[in-house]
Amino acid sequence: MLIAAPAIAVIVGVFHQALPALGWQLFTKRTNSTGIQNAILGSLLFLLGVLIVAGTIGVGAGIYLAEFASGRTERALRFFSEVLAGMPSIVIGYIGYVTLVVEFHWSYSLLAAVMALSVLVLPYIVKTTEVALRNVPSALGEAAAGLGLPRSATVRQVLLPPALPGIVSGLVVALAISTGELAPLLFTAGFSDNDPTLHLFHHQVPYLTNVVFTDISIPGARAHATAAAAGVVTLGILLVLIAIGRILASRARRNTARMSL
Amino acid sequence: MSVAVDRRPDPASAPRLPGRARRLVRAHRARRRARLSELTRPDRVVRGVLLVAAIIPTFALAFLAYQMLKYAYPAIVFNGWHVFTTKFSLGNQYSTAVQVRHGYKAPKGAVYGILPLLFGTLISSLIALFFAVPISVAGAILLVERLPVRVQGFLGIFLELLAGIPSVIFGLWGIYTFGPFLSRTVYRWIADLHIPWLRGPTGAGEGLLTASLVLAVMIIPIIASITRELVRSVPPLAKEGAVALGLTPSETVRFVVIPYIKTGVIAASILGWARALGETIAVLIISGDLLGAYPHSIFDPFSTIATTIASELDSALTDSTGMAVHALAEFGLVLLVVTLLTNLGGRLLTRRFSAAGLPVGRGV
Repeated sequence: MLIAAPAIAVIVGVFHQALPALGWQLFTKRTNSTGIQNAILGSLLFLLGVLIVAGTIGVGAGIYLAEFASGRTERALRFFSEVLAGMPSIVIGYIGYVTLVVEFHWSYSLLAAVMALSVLVLPYIVKTTEVALRNVPSALGEAAAGLGLPRSATVRQVLLPPALPGIVSGLVVALAISTGELAPLLFTAGFSDNDPTLHLFHHQVPYLTNVVFTDISIPGARAHATAAAAGVVTLGILLVLIAIGRILASRARRNTARMSL
Repeated sequence: MSVAVDRRPDPASAPRLPGRARRLVRAHRARRRARLSELTRPDRVVRGVLLVAAIIPTFALAFLAYQMLKYAYPAIVFNGWHVFTTKFSLGNQYSTAVQVRHGYKAPKGAVYGILPLLFGTLISSLIALFFAVPISVAGAILLVERLPVRVQGFLGIFLELLAGIPSVIFGLWGIYTFGPFLSRTVYRWIADLHIPWLRGPTGAGEGLLTASLVLAVMIIPIIASITRELVRSVPPLAKEGAVALGLTPSETVRFVVIPYIKTGVIAASILGWARALGETIAVLIISGDLLGAYPHSIFDPFSTIATTIASELDSALTDSTGMAVHALAEFGLVLLVVTLLTNLGGRLLTRRFSAAGLPVGRGV
């Protein structure tokens, strides 16, 4: 009971706090009036960016570690990826600020934010991709090699399809993690009351967790309700992503179970 | 007269693999060489591209570490060992007076001591562990040993849900709902007992205890989910033996299950601790963020290394000597080393129990 209670308490508590601000105006008005439309769009834009940057790199790295690497390099690369997973998110935010925003003159921008988020979730994607590929029964790969299929074709045509649900599930959960993050974005994304643009540099991007964080410290019930409403929307996106991830993960388990028979 | 010692291994006593094993090892190496040379040209291209991707996490780590050292260096030289003995103050940033030490300038009156922040970081994370470990372990054991599988799966969903809630939401909940609730009820009652450290004004629910409790809630899913797997891995034969010897269920847990999972629980707690050490946003919102203050009671506001970096970077940027930004980098470096060491330690310990290694350290 003690394990189930906090999750329910948090969700109910935030929802209750948000009640006065919930409504369609959240999605149609911007943060300079009563909505959070621009912040929602910004957060979704980050998800897209993370999918492009961390998704491609992470899945590629996972495939390499599972299928192409051998011995010492594999161990070293995996070790450093795990070390990166333990990096405190505020340190990533600090480095993102002093290097990307200041040293590289990107200023608060979409690219700086996406880079910081990507470093954060990259190790997670690498790990889940590698595990998904390793869960494919080895007989499949051996049979393909026995038939003379080149290694890259084996991976693409034989090993990747059954591993795909597992890989996508990892990606989706990584996106869920990045939806709720604030520390790496605090000094890289900035904020704006306008809708986000696709400019990579020099344009500040509004996002949901920032609305939660700043509106908490603005006095007045209206701001507090908006903070909680932004929290509810964040939780909503997150729960949908986690649900998708779970469904895909169970499908992945069924896939591999069927094949090993 | 000296006796010549033959340091070469004695061929008769050196452990030699039996002939069959040696042949197998040699054949395995030959196969591996053959496999790599069998790569066709497109294979090599694909492998090369993927290798670039695989190196990026390592590169990112090296880049972060290098930049952190580069930015912290002036502060390390300026502070020397004082960083571990003094208090924290950004100094008078409105005057142009500066102090110079070892060739580096800082505003007059500025001292960059990490001690109060380190204290805040350690005390809040340890109080969190104090609450989270017993709850997680008891919960996991009850879940596996007492409840039917269907209910286990159902409660498991809540555990995953809790792991997925982001820290800013925990902050929101802590400051609006949980903190005020505790302050109105439990805290008032505790404070009336007049125990040292546990008395004094309880405020509106911000402060050390609320922050620690929220941290505890955040690390319960990490500790509980690993402990759950550990309890499931206890060999049934040992438990059946205990039952056959006439032990009651609670005695079975005490004498069979707990000894079996002890090391694993320690590893899980270390992983949870690593998470609590690096947590920023939730603590920043709930702690009251009183910069560089030592809490005098468990209800007092305080600050941690992570919250100080988050809240002070803005002010640090106004420092014309630039030393404040470097000092924050030095703090970040200390946090980095502490967190990475705890995290790695926990991971190495858990790897003994779960082959896959758990993707923990960061929500979900």
